[in-house]
Amino acid sequence: MSDTILETSDLTKHYGGVHALEGANFVLKRGEHVAIMGDNGAGKSTFVRQITGVEQRTRGTVVFDGEKVNFAGPLDAREAGIETVFQTLALADDLNVPDNLFLGREKTKWNFLGPFRVLDYKAMRADTIAGLEKTGVKIPNIKNTIANMSGGQRQCVAIARTATFASKLTIMDEPTAALGVQETAQVENIIRTLKEQGESLILVSHNMRQVFDLVDRIIVFRRGRMVANLNKEDTNGEDVVSYITGAKTGAEYEGAA
Amino acid sequence: MSDTSHGTGGLTFDKSKRQWPNELNVLAALFLIIGIFEVLGAIFVGQSLLFDSNDRFDSIFNEQRLRIIIIQVAIVGIIALGVTQVIITAGIDLSSGSVLGATAMIAMSFAQVSVVNGNPNPKAIFGPAFLDLPVIVPIFVGLGCGILAGIINGILVAYSRIPPFIATLGMMLFARGVAQWWSSGNPVSFPTESYAKIGAGMMPVIIFLALAVLFHLVMNYTIYGKHTYAIGSNEAAARMSGINVPRHLVLVYAIAGMLAGLSAVILTSKNLTAQSGMGLSYELDAIAMAVIGGVSLFGGRGSIIGTVIGALIIGVITSGFTFLRLGAFYQEMVLGCIIVGAVALDQWQQKRAAAKA
Repeated sequence: MSDTILETSDLTKHYGGVHALEGANFVLKRGEHVAIMGDNGAGKSTFVRQITGVEQRTRGTVVFDGEKVNFAGPLDAREAGIETVFQTLALADDLNVPDNLFLGREKTKWNFLGPFRVLDYKAMRADTIAGLEKTGVKIPNIKNTIANMSGGQRQCVAIARTATFASKLTIMDEPTAALGVQETAQVENIIRTLKEQGESLILVSHNMRQVFDLVDRIIVFRRGRMVANLNKEDTNGEDVVSYITGAKTGAEYEGAA
Repeated sequence: MSDTSHGTGGLTFDKSKRQWPNELNVLAALFLIIGIFEVLGAIFVGQSLLFDSNDRFDSIFNEQRLRIIIIQVAIVGIIALGVTQVIITAGIDLSSGSVLGATAMIAMSFAQVSVVNGNPNPKAIFGPAFLDLPVIVPIFVGLGCGILAGIINGILVAYSRIPPFIATLGMMLFARGVAQWWSSGNPVSFPTESYAKIGAGMMPVIIFLALAVLFHLVMNYTIYGKHTYAIGSNEAAARMSGINVPRHLVLVYAIAGMLAGLSAVILTSKNLTAQSGMGLSYELDAIAMAVIGGVSLFGGRGSIIGTVIGALIIGVITSGFTFLRLGAFYQEMVLGCIIVGAVALDQWQQKRAAAKA
């Protein structure tokens, strides 16, 4: 088992004439938490979409967990062990917490009944509680439907989903963009818990304080290219901003953008 | 954001946020309506609606009226069980009444006897080879017709992205046309003895309640039910979670069609004849039962139990107006108000719940 969980080389995505992502070479080690920063339209979300199979890349290779992968869709990526928390929550409002956690991969018994096989509520409930404990998420009543929860609780449920299933890599696209201060703190605590448990994480964020609080390494994108790869210890907020705005470009990326 | 009542991030237990099952509201409405009729009955007719007010019999309830209440909603109720599932996926099925009509004509044609009072069956549709068939044949033909119509509805909705309203409206007109074309508008009559037993007496009620229990279990305890709710709740999330949404929708519409076909078999058996106008506007009655029972037309919310109570509400109102010796038109006016009121109340409750969260 190598200690690299994800490696992309020359990852490129063109939308017609628009070069949204150009030659991204990215390495993520097991258990490492990396933030992706950059201005709007810098290619952060495009980058994530290529890895998770939401879109098909124009060129380049993705090596996940030691194997070259070509995900046909987000489901393939999830099956391989990449859990994504999207900006828009993929939760069913009228279902409760365990139902949402297990949506599309329900535990069942009496499988000979085909589409009418019986749900194993007991096992799903137990796994849900274990998953919530693992992430430190407190939900007052997991039988409540998502519709009756606050934005923070919903985000927590979405994140707990990644922890309930033994994923190898978690990707979060702006997980706290729509949350209040206390709810953001709650989500950040969960991310710290994931770090302690050795979960690999890619965090897309605009929030400088959050990034410096949570991650080991910061990648900056600008105009579709990676322009910096900084260890948290060797940099500061001002430095990162100058990479984001284009005042500076990392030595190894000279001439890129 | 208030931090005293919820704690950090709203994550402590809050009793006021416990959920009150919607079915209890519907049940309360049923009892309220019964209560109103009891009061009106005592004032204007001097009788009780449901309780035995006749000294000649010593029973608690007026059993005859109870029987009428439930038997008159049983057949539409069976359709409503299927329509409920369709509405939970955020769809609608306008075709069930017409599918019933077409299925009635076709299934009955396979249930005819060869000899009526010593003469050959005057209404026979097919040649002698298709008369006196075992009862299983018309049942399967009936279910098959319903399933076929449902599958076509489902494919149109799921794969061509035609809105359910339009797709099933097309099927509604088409199936009614089939019903009239089948025997050029002539009734199909004289079923075999065993076919006549399917819908005799209290059989429609027994079948309705048995199916209600079955689909209650299916909707709550199987993967089919969970995915039905998930699709109605957030179709994009369902798709992203790996649910094969189109295939599931076809299955839901097929089941709704099958139940319409089954009610055609029961209705023709009960009436001993099939007519091309059968089931006219049953689809709307079925939708009304579901809506009164708390099924949300926006999808994701509602239950089989709710629909069964909704059916009973309609049954009580229909019987209640007859009991008060008021005309049927009053009854329709009141039903109209109740449907609108039920949806308005539901909307208001939703808004309040959203504001609380």
